[in-house]
Amino acid sequence: MKLTSGFRHGVHPREEKGLTSQLPIRRMPFPDEIVLPLRQHAGNPATLCVKVGDHVERGDPVGLADGWVSVPIHASASGTVTDIGWWPHPDGSMAVAVRIAVDRYAPQVPRPRMVPHWEGLSTDEVVRAVQDAGVVGLGGAAFPTHVKLAPPSDHTVHTLIINGAECEPYLTSDHRTMAEYPARVMFGIRVMMHAMQVNKCVVGVERNKPDAIAALQQALPADLDITILPLTVKYPQGAEKMLIQAVTGIEVPSGKLPVTVGVVVQNVGSVAAIAEVFETGLPLIERIVTVSGHGLRRPANLIVPVGTKLRDLLAFCDGVTPDAAEVIIGGPMMGQAQANLDAPVLKGTTGVVVLERFETRLDKVYPCIHCGRCLEACPVFLNPSLLGDLARVTRYDDMVDLHLADCMLCGSCAYVCPSNIPLAQLFQAGKVALRRAKVGAA
Amino acid sequence: MSTPIVPKLIVTASPHVRSQDSTPVIMWNVVGSLVPIIAAAAWFFGVSALLVVLAAALGALLTERGIGRGGTLADGSAVITGLLLGLTLPPGLPLWMAFLGGAFGIGFGKLVWGGLGQNVFNPALVGRAFLQAAFPVAITTWPTVGGSFWTLKGDLFAFPFTRPNTDAITSATPLGLLKFEGKGTDVLHLVIGNTGGSVGETAALVILACGAFLAYKSYLNWRIPTSILFTVAVFSTLLHLIDPRRPDALFMLFSGGLMLGAVYMATDLVTSPVTNRGRWVFGAGIGVLVVVIRVWGGLPEGVMYAILFMNALVPFINRATQPRVFGTRLGSAT
Repeated sequence: MKLTSGFRHGVHPREEKGLTSQLPIRRMPFPDEIVLPLRQHAGNPATLCVKVGDHVERGDPVGLADGWVSVPIHASASGTVTDIGWWPHPDGSMAVAVRIAVDRYAPQVPRPRMVPHWEGLSTDEVVRAVQDAGVVGLGGAAFPTHVKLAPPSDHTVHTLIINGAECEPYLTSDHRTMAEYPARVMFGIRVMMHAMQVNKCVVGVERNKPDAIAALQQALPADLDITILPLTVKYPQGAEKMLIQAVTGIEVPSGKLPVTVGVVVQNVGSVAAIAEVFETGLPLIERIVTVSGHGLRRPANLIVPVGTKLRDLLAFCDGVTPDAAEVIIGGPMMGQAQANLDAPVLKGTTGVVVLERFETRLDKVYPCIHCGRCLEACPVFLNPSLLGDLARVTRYDDMVDLHLADCMLCGSCAYVCPSNIPLAQLFQAGKVALRRAKVGAA
Repeated sequence: MSTPIVPKLIVTASPHVRSQDSTPVIMWNVVGSLVPIIAAAAWFFGVSALLVVLAAALGALLTERGIGRGGTLADGSAVITGLLLGLTLPPGLPLWMAFLGGAFGIGFGKLVWGGLGQNVFNPALVGRAFLQAAFPVAITTWPTVGGSFWTLKGDLFAFPFTRPNTDAITSATPLGLLKFEGKGTDVLHLVIGNTGGSVGETAALVILACGAFLAYKSYLNWRIPTSILFTVAVFSTLLHLIDPRRPDALFMLFSGGLMLGAVYMATDLVTSPVTNRGRWVFGAGIGVLVVVIRVWGGLPEGVMYAILFMNALVPFINRATQPRVFGTRLGSAT
């Protein structure tokens, strides 16, 4: 197998990781209230299994998996269900959510539970345990992890790739996970390799995390074929297809899943979450969140209970500066700007970034001058300049012919655009319009 | 816990950060890079050169301000058009003609297409082509180099629509000398720029240096000038070897408007291809046309028409050189 360390094109945004990259992970205290939307993952939302007035212990389910591509949601603190209804969701919409008033004086100790011993379990049993624990991809997309553990039977997986690239500016949660919990990461890899019956694993980490790379090297078990691969520092190095190309040299065919080339990619945070399931039996009820940005008074890497409201999270970090203007869930390249600070931290929330006013994109938009910078930035070699022209006149069908479906909305084109054209937004609008048209036709 | 106060939340679509180079930054850097070229022009041709450039720029700016949509002067692109047009004109051209050229270049070369980013042809060259067609004598009247800085060359202040007084001492450009009289010019003079010619086209070395600065800052794409100059060098060397009376590569490269055209005109972002492969093709096309027009055409110089012709082909070049989308192989389904 050819080992390379990069893909073509891409961009180099200011990293800004120094704000938090050397800060140890700390635990945030339980807030007074947690809010758990039932829609936190890709696939079907969970189905409600509690009612108003119920008492829940930490780790009890409040929503059950609805089908195969779905996972349950668990209470991240013990308390009383006070309300079930619409609540602001970080994606900008409203979603049905369970509100729990946290018991101020509860010990917050989960109920005693069986911890499955991984070696005795079959693939199906591991997959079931991971699904029951509500584990999803912690890199942001929140795709249910167990689905990727059980690839379709007509494909064989030869390599498991662990994504520790963390190419988004500001974010350091994966970095700290690898640097502080390398043994847990290795244990998670061991369970996954066992479950998937894969003999080879590569962990891709960008070179700007030397301490994480060193910690992982130290923790490498002797009996497994695991490689730590330092990667070029470039955005979007952590995009699935870019990472696969960097590790294997293979381009995943357009419109196909990575499994068609015998590869499965899991985020390093998800690996740690799986390890936790088989160490403590606890479901995914808290996650590591980077809270950062020049608009925040005290940046930090925090273990945050899922369902903590942004308001409480920012307050715990001593609040924001007077010039703070934009609060983003995720990184600044692909994250979502928040209109309501009551929106909660979800399983897929990698970070919260607060930008100051001058850092935002509220600038004049100029016409496209056809400089071609977006073509040189696009990691999947599209022509964003032309696609943008088509999107503005809503010629979405023509965009399909120009491979709109291959756009992963990484935002590299809009990042480099000197005319400040919101290309990624235009493409997202095109994708949504096409999806709606398809639903309408069916 | 205290409530953090964010007085007014800004909500924009991702990405929320952007690179430092904005369109006005690029444009004004190009304007800045023209300053040494204008200074060289003033050194060789005196105050006349400055007046011609100023008149062309004024024509461009007033037109952009007058009939363009509001607020587009600040992006700097009209300034570039005006200055570049001025640099391609003879130092003794009546100022009203230079002004008219600037106005026509912006009006018909840019605004009628829809303004910045929409035009197919380089606006400065559209202005020059108009002048070439309208005033064929005035635009090929080349005052001699030298004299005092304050000497006014040609008939700068000719009244509009009168016949300019062209009795002043004139000379021919190196290309004209070669074409019509069969005389060569020392390459050293061409490189430095103390020959007859347009205001800002003669100082080849200065233009190259300014272009190198822009390429270093990635405000212009080095592939286009490289491709043009390489093609011209190869093609003219070939012709020179076949018939030694034809000019050699060095003469071809450093004479006429080739340097200014290759570095500043052909690299105009709006009217050049967006793909890197397309840029090589575009440059090669210009290079071939320049040599063809110079060697076999009726005019001594062909850079302007070569670039305008290739401008017209840019949409086709773009389409033919689309990058291969990630995960698709040549020949597989598109």
